[in-house]
Amino acid sequence: MTSRIPVVEKILSANDRMADRNRSLLDQAGVYSINIMASPGAGKTSLILKTLESLHGRLKLGVVEGDLATSIDAEKAAAAGLPAVQINTGGECHLDAAMLADALPTLPLEDIDLVLVENVGNLVCPANFQIGTHLNVLIASIPEGDDKPYKYPGMYRGVQVLIVNKIDLLLYVPFNMEYFQRGVEVLNPGVVTFAVSSKTGEGMDAWTDWLVEQVNDRKK
Amino acid sequence: MHELAITQSILEICLRHAEEANASRISDINLVVGQFSSIVDDSVQFYWDMIAEGTIAQGAVLHFNRIPGEMTCRTCGHVFQPTDRTFACPSCGSVAVRITKGEEFRVDSIDVE
Repeated sequence: MTSRIPVVEKILSANDRMADRNRSLLDQAGVYSINIMASPGAGKTSLILKTLESLHGRLKLGVVEGDLATSIDAEKAAAAGLPAVQINTGGECHLDAAMLADALPTLPLEDIDLVLVENVGNLVCPANFQIGTHLNVLIASIPEGDDKPYKYPGMYRGVQVLIVNKIDLLLYVPFNMEYFQRGVEVLNPGVVTFAVSSKTGEGMDAWTDWLVEQVNDRKK
Repeated sequence: MHELAITQSILEICLRHAEEANASRISDINLVVGQFSSIVDDSVQFYWDMIAEGTIAQGAVLHFNRIPGEMTCRTCGHVFQPTDRTFACPSCGSVAVRITKGEEFRVDSIDVE
């Protein structure tokens, strides 16, 4: 005889619980953390490198590298004196909470103010998997086009910070900023937004100063 | 590609609930998946047939209840389905709208013996 059992459970509830555990671990250690996501080609790697440069001396940093295609490999970061750990995602399209849970204990958390996690370059999958960081950050870029919020609503909906990169290209690429922002506003009203060019440095101070403030506010 | 991870999560949830109900077999799984929540395609059933082998969920059929995205205009109250080109209200043109459906992503129920 067949009977129906009500379940009503979020499909990724196990991942969400693991993400909560990661957050507790970070909070107990007094470490702030951000999860940086972007499509391939948005300039994620160079923006992270510029950010690390700017934060050097202001915060004690750690890096979790989840993107195998990046040039910030953990060895290079370690050579620059940054505690770093490389996650081998085994070809997965995203990081999940369990991967971060394995990586965190290998960092000297008591000696770190801020952990930057570089997620896999992808606008679809990482949005579904919370990893437990304090902020989810999306880097969008001008050449990707102004329609991306409409095409990838899940990603734009799930972040607390939006960085619009490569604004130096606004002169050369058709990009309707108003149309872009209208989409963002519907999906994520009031999301903290920075317009930057990691190439020219424009807007980068506003982003890094704001980030330092978040970390320091947290410690108080 | 993350369908494998999602399939594993679904299996874990279903086996846990079936065990609590002392079921001997799971025949059907009813999922609710909103348009905005994730891309989940037929590969979930394909992965299912592999990873559920040898469990009481072997051979279970997955049913996807797909919920289209729905927005509600804050200005005039009109309820509509957005396109992938615009979220503006088709009735009054306002962009002060909110998502009211389409973010579901859950196992709703299972049919067991």
